Amino acid sequence: MPDYLPHTEEDIDEMLGFLGLASLDELFDAVPSALRIAGGLGLPTGIPEPDVLARARSRAEGNGARADRLVCFAGAGAYDHEVPPVVKALAGRSEFVTAYTPYQPEVAQGGLQAVFEFQTMVSRLFGLPIANASLYDGASAVVEAVNLGVGATGRSGVLVSAGVHPHWRAVLATFAAGTGHRLVEVPLEDGQTRWDAVADEADIGAVVVAYPNYLGCLEDLAAVRSLCDGREALMAVVADPVASAVLRSPGDWGADVAVGEGQAFGTALSFGGPYLGLFACSQAHVRRLPGRLVGETLDADGRLAYVTTLRAREQDIRREKATSNVCTNQTLMAVTAAVQLGWLGTSGLAEVATRCARATRYCKEAMSGLAGVEPLTGTTPTFREFALRLPVPARTAVERLAEDGFLAGIALDQLVGEDGDGSADAEAARRGLLVAVTERRTAHEIDRFVAALDKAVR
Amino acid sequence: MTDRSAPGGRAASAPLVGRDSEPTIFELSRPGRASWQLPTTGIPETPLEDLVPDNHRRDAAVDMAEVSERDLVGHFTRLSHRQYSVDLGAYPLGSCTMKYNPKVCDAVAALPGLDSVHPGAPAALTQGWLATLVELEEALCELSGMAAATLQPAAGAAGELTGLLLMRAFDAARGEQRRRVIIPDSAHGTNPASVTLGGYEVTTVKSDERGCVDIDSLRDALDDDVAGMMLTNPNTLGLFEEDIVEIAASVHGVGGLMYYDGANLNAILGVVRPGDMGFDIVHLNLHKTFATPHGGGGPGAGPVAVAPHLTEFLPGPRPVRLDDPDGPSFGWQTPARSIGRVHGWHGNALVLARALAYIEVHGGDGLLRVAERAVLNANWIRTRLHGTFDVPFDRPCMHEVVFSAAALHRRTGASAHDVAKGLIEEGFHPPTVAFPLIVDDALMVEPTETESYETLVALADALERVAARAEGGQLSGSPRTTPVRRVDEARAARTLIPTFDARR
Repeated sequence: MPDYLPHTEEDIDEMLGFLGLASLDELFDAVPSALRIAGGLGLPTGIPEPDVLARARSRAEGNGARADRLVCFAGAGAYDHEVPPVVKALAGRSEFVTAYTPYQPEVAQGGLQAVFEFQTMVSRLFGLPIANASLYDGASAVVEAVNLGVGATGRSGVLVSAGVHPHWRAVLATFAAGTGHRLVEVPLEDGQTRWDAVADEADIGAVVVAYPNYLGCLEDLAAVRSLCDGREALMAVVADPVASAVLRSPGDWGADVAVGEGQAFGTALSFGGPYLGLFACSQAHVRRLPGRLVGETLDADGRLAYVTTLRAREQDIRREKATSNVCTNQTLMAVTAAVQLGWLGTSGLAEVATRCARATRYCKEAMSGLAGVEPLTGTTPTFREFALRLPVPARTAVERLAEDGFLAGIALDQLVGEDGDGSADAEAARRGLLVAVTERRTAHEIDRFVAALDKAVR
Repeated sequence: MTDRSAPGGRAASAPLVGRDSEPTIFELSRPGRASWQLPTTGIPETPLEDLVPDNHRRDAAVDMAEVSERDLVGHFTRLSHRQYSVDLGAYPLGSCTMKYNPKVCDAVAALPGLDSVHPGAPAALTQGWLATLVELEEALCELSGMAAATLQPAAGAAGELTGLLLMRAFDAARGEQRRRVIIPDSAHGTNPASVTLGGYEVTTVKSDERGCVDIDSLRDALDDDVAGMMLTNPNTLGLFEEDIVEIAASVHGVGGLMYYDGANLNAILGVVRPGDMGFDIVHLNLHKTFATPHGGGGPGAGPVAVAPHLTEFLPGPRPVRLDDPDGPSFGWQTPARSIGRVHGWHGNALVLARALAYIEVHGGDGLLRVAERAVLNANWIRTRLHGTFDVPFDRPCMHEVVFSAAALHRRTGASAHDVAKGLIEEGFHPPTVAFPLIVDDALMVEPTETESYETLVALADALERVAARAEGGQLSGSPRTTPVRRVDEARAARTLIPTFDARR
């Protein structure tokens, strides 16, 4: 059966003859024979493309949660936003999809310029002058922000608001085992960080706060800025980039570093990846920037050109003294975001954010009348996501609502429980449901959803 | 004998018209123009002022480009024409394994039943995804000779750091705190950078005159402070470390672990497994060996597979098969002494789905053919260009060959860098230059198995012409035929214009 290998029998014979070899097997003479796999790999033989597709389709049938079957009210860092055909068409162009990292800028101007435009868009959105070419996801961006903060200040203590996404805090903790950072979690009350709870903590290099936080709440960033001023610590804001379209930017609040999850800009839910880590910082920290950075320059004829720059920070040059080990990042998702933001433009970006806030308000108000259903975060303002306390376990509610055609949200104990979040009240988490409403949700869907929830929690 | 002179696999026929710069999208912008369209929702149009408190609200909208959909398409299509890609021509970047990416894998990743699934949905509603992940993990374990794997790491470097944290956890569990990790001087830069982030110190061992790990230098470096050794095999010179069994035994002898950097796994698929060589931890670059498209610099995926004594430390939660005959077939489980999460969700899932499709379409038999043809192609190039360039470690190679342009450089003033720029004019993407660091003026060529005999001939002919031009002193102005000519990298760092706003 044909595969993707172009070699004919004649080719192989001729090439082996040129090498003075009698068989393909002789190409591996350097491999000690005792180590060679005897009898082939324990994998099935290859199957034709149509069979592969059929098998994948059959597996996909097992995914009841697909967004074309269940109306999506789940968020927690992964959102069901509109991705138009034009963005799929452009971001799917094989010149962007099948290129490598732009080591030869003369033949990579297209990708480099698209990333330069992406950096400009992130910089404007976050209100900070420097934005890199992307990191893996929101979680990895938080890790790099903390590494930058500790590196810049030489102090290893890090105050991390419990409003930062629980998975991202878990990732931070995993990598802190290697870097030795001392992470101090700061608890929430009514959806807002209780900074006074850590007033005695010393030796703080960075403070991390989410805006809005993972429960959808708006935090007091002026208080975080003054906390950082008092400690000479770096202020790192984990910003929801859609919310940033209508909220004051992290830079405007005085953040030194702003990071976020950029999936909302043109990338499908994708079962969690590949997503897009956003990273921006002030000019002062550009030489500690993790990952790649595209800069503008000139070519030999004085023509405008783009190239990856400040390369001396990076692992392939700096090796064990590099500021980060990032090599491959998420360039295709960055290009996708540039296309999506190009499609939205100034008015569309504001419109998406406003519609999210409106739909969330509409949904939240419709639920306020449900018996036994209460807001988990009191009267604290929320943006496009909010947490509820249900009279039944949230997992049960999610199960029941799936039968009615809804992915009702994320059970809070699923988010925090599996990662052992000690600060969360276990019973509250068990009954907590995190609901997100994007610009794609209609009034009709929300009305039906609220009615179904009412039925499910009785 | 068949005529092989038909020039194949080059980009030189690509219809690039003109040499004007493409304006940025911000320069194409005209206030009031727009292309967005959002669904009709019937939700009341509450003013923003009533939704966001005054002290949190921005004064003005974020200034983005304002373009029509037609202009958006024109802009990004023109940009795409200024970009080399595997689909356009051969991409013999050593160490990067830029093979053809089968389109069927993209079709799998685009299935609505895969790409529209929320990662936080309950396991009962994501059984298809869990099956995909478990089946991929099982295949990767069979290929690498390991017991279990995590699919969370989003790239090779993330896999390396994950592996080093597994080493730490293993050390801690046996009540030790070893401080050093050994890497060869030919290693990728991510290795030492990851070692530092893993909380270890780098100890570099030399390569011997055959381009392999110097066993004496290794033995001198080994003691009970060594947590492990990171190694690529075949190494970055494209050579198989023939003493691998002895190397592994020496490291294991002081209680260290062997870490396999999977950057070069393509050479040995179905031939030999890292587990059988004595490795304890293996990361695999799915965007290299398993043909998931590289996206111009990502996404990748760097799963980490481990031997039985390390499975209890793997990141969690992990997708697993469940035994309950009445319940769902798959679920999530966190290993007893897990190092914790290394990704916000479950890893780069759509990349993982593509890799499984690639493995299925090839099968065990096809993957062996992949390795055989990759090694055949590299050796053909090595033999054919022997004499045009020096081969510092002159013996049969695996999937890639490292030439040196040092002699040419001394003779003509043209460096490996210049050769690369000359090759661009011939319509090919250049090989990797200046790596590995232990070879002067290195030109690292990895043709991959998907390039045809004719393409190899065309590539070799092109490199010979470039060398001849260097001898004639005609290489310094290259490339002349590209959208821009040689780029001033020093100026970029000196003036630092990382955004359109910094230009003004």
